[in-house]
Amino acid sequence: MRSRLTTVLGLATLLWGGGAAASEIKIGVTMGATGPGASLGVNYKNAFQLMPTTIAGIPVKYIILEDGSDPTAAAKNVRQLVTEDHVDALMGAVSVPSTTQMALIADETRTPAIALAPVALPPDKLGWVFVVPQPVPLMMGAVVDDMKKKSVKTIGYIGFSDSWGDLVLQATKKNADPAGIKIIDEERYARADTAVTGQIVKILVANPDAVVVGGSGAGAALPQIALREKGYNGPIYHNHGTVNREFIKVGGPAAEGAIAPTGPLMVAEELPDSNPIKKVAVDFDRRYEAMFGAGSRNAFAGYSYDGFLLLEAAIPKALQKAAPGTPEFRQALRDALESGQSVVGVHGVYTQTKTDHFGLDGRAVVLVSVDHGAWRLLK
Amino acid sequence: MNLDIALWLSQDAITNGAVYALLAIALILVYTVTRIIFVPQGEFISFAALSLATLQAGETPGAVYLLIAGGVLVVALDTSGEPWDLARQRLPGRLARFVAPPLAAGALARLSVARPDALWLQILATLAIVTLMGPIVYRLAFQPIADASVLILLIVAVAVHYVLTGMGLLFFGGEGLRSKPFSLLSFKLGALNVTAQSLLIVIASLALIGALWFLFERTLYGKALHATAINRVGARLMGVSPNLSGQLSFTLAAFIAAVSGVLIAPITTVYYDTGFLISLKGFVGATIGGMASYPLAAAGSLLVGFLEAGSSFWWSAFKDPIVFTLIVPVLLWRSLSAPHSEKDDAQ
Repeated sequence: MRSRLTTVLGLATLLWGGGAAASEIKIGVTMGATGPGASLGVNYKNAFQLMPTTIAGIPVKYIILEDGSDPTAAAKNVRQLVTEDHVDALMGAVSVPSTTQMALIADETRTPAIALAPVALPPDKLGWVFVVPQPVPLMMGAVVDDMKKKSVKTIGYIGFSDSWGDLVLQATKKNADPAGIKIIDEERYARADTAVTGQIVKILVANPDAVVVGGSGAGAALPQIALREKGYNGPIYHNHGTVNREFIKVGGPAAEGAIAPTGPLMVAEELPDSNPIKKVAVDFDRRYEAMFGAGSRNAFAGYSYDGFLLLEAAIPKALQKAAPGTPEFRQALRDALESGQSVVGVHGVYTQTKTDHFGLDGRAVVLVSVDHGAWRLLK
Repeated sequence: MNLDIALWLSQDAITNGAVYALLAIALILVYTVTRIIFVPQGEFISFAALSLATLQAGETPGAVYLLIAGGVLVVALDTSGEPWDLARQRLPGRLARFVAPPLAAGALARLSVARPDALWLQILATLAIVTLMGPIVYRLAFQPIADASVLILLIVAVAVHYVLTGMGLLFFGGEGLRSKPFSLLSFKLGALNVTAQSLLIVIASLALIGALWFLFERTLYGKALHATAINRVGARLMGVSPNLSGQLSFTLAAFIAAVSGVLIAPITTVYYDTGFLISLKGFVGATIGGMASYPLAAAGSLLVGFLEAGSSFWWSAFKDPIVFTLIVPVLLWRSLSAPHSEKDDAQ
């Protein structure tokens, strides 16, 4: 009896799902605009206000669920999006753990997913997942190249005591080791700490040629200020998580000279005209800042937008093979995403193939530094 | 490790310890008078620091509107269910107590926005906004359940904490802010570079602790609070209103949190959820004082400061676990040395 009921219900759901199918494309998003990731999440979420509501003439519905930067909630959201809303594609999330949860479920349920933060999974688990942000080693590679130019031999590291701090440290090591640059001190701090005196004093004792900060946003200003206050004069390098205006606002004069890698959109106007990214990025910056204020551009909104651009490029191809809302469409969408088509985004040129779901090259990184209270291209 | 480093770390430890001591004292104050573990204290710290930074950026902090709305809600709650004549009679008094001060704080905030150079005005406005939240929070969340068990009060306190954190995100955004330093002065003391800011923190903490001592020992309101802390029922029989003591203790605690927030705002980046972790360290200090003894709690907080400074130098990756693990031996020692009494729970 019960099994028959389930069958009927299941059939009805299928029919209903099928009926709704052709009319619109559904993109399910899990986003942490509250909780510990809020400072990034708000920016990620803002970008969705710029996205068109049709792709190839078909209306697009964005279903954005809040996960409070909590991986468990993110997993719940993604399950709901897949099983109840029957989304055609997933996008998310703000933190590495949440995005990893999304990726696992996307792989299991065979739903194409755009990862807006790095994913901590081996490549064979990324069959249905396409990653937007630049891999951390690519970013820190640009930093180490600059160190070589400045003949830096030793690095002191201070980073968040979480997985971000680990990722930045590993990426720095990976690039620094072949270059013969040694990390002579490793320190950690928490975003909510009120002081980093102990750590900074220890770095000063070790006296490295340069310091790498593995923090993000305004939270990276604490070691920057403490280092300068205590008289450290060497170059201070950050990572792409730090490039926003809050870092400068909080850091004040101490932030001057801080160097960081980032995506081209942060300094779009300063790029040479020959760079294909310039046009897309300038357009995005202009629209974003018109809505959220001058200087509000940030890498995270750019990731959301690039995620959308990837889908926008792939969806017309998938539509030729199947109707939205069906497993066939999801399969076709995945195939289209990894077809090796070059998509110019605001962060770089993505060429994602079957074997490479990142698809970014050196064009996705620029080095910027704080110059008179703004991030500018490092000359 | 040489003497210079030890001095550097000690300076840091004392500055942080002074803030933790203030928070520990506020926690004990609220706990002894109302049996509430004052979890939302952290939000008051964040609100104060962020309001100050927002005022300095030339904007009116959204917390002002929350404050005014809260005041109006209190009057509406107090008035509802009363006969019309009585309500009308009491209305002016209530408006004067719960709506007029928030409006005044709002006006002060507006005034300080108009005068961006007047740091004292910004500080005054910040202190007013956050301090006035204290009694309103008590009236709305805790007064109706003042006689509930410690556990229920704790659960409500956690709920208030979450509500205020959400409000903080709404008003101040997700990114951290830092306010301008009060003074850029610093002077050399041997190898030590002492900033006026850190000196100010220690002096302000000592002054507040002194003022609290004066309040409890020398004033009628303070004695009423003290009496409620020692024996709630007895104090009530002697004519001390439990509602008044509750609101008073929350006002004081909010004021202390506001001062702490204003003091730390220029030396660190404060996020909407930073306050919680800071007040948690104050809580470790308060636990060392057995949630009862002010001097022990102050000493405990200083110990937390030193432990933090030391562990951030030697094992920075494990700093917070080390600080919070301190609570385990303390609880063991307390439970062995002072047998647990059931009286508190039964009350």
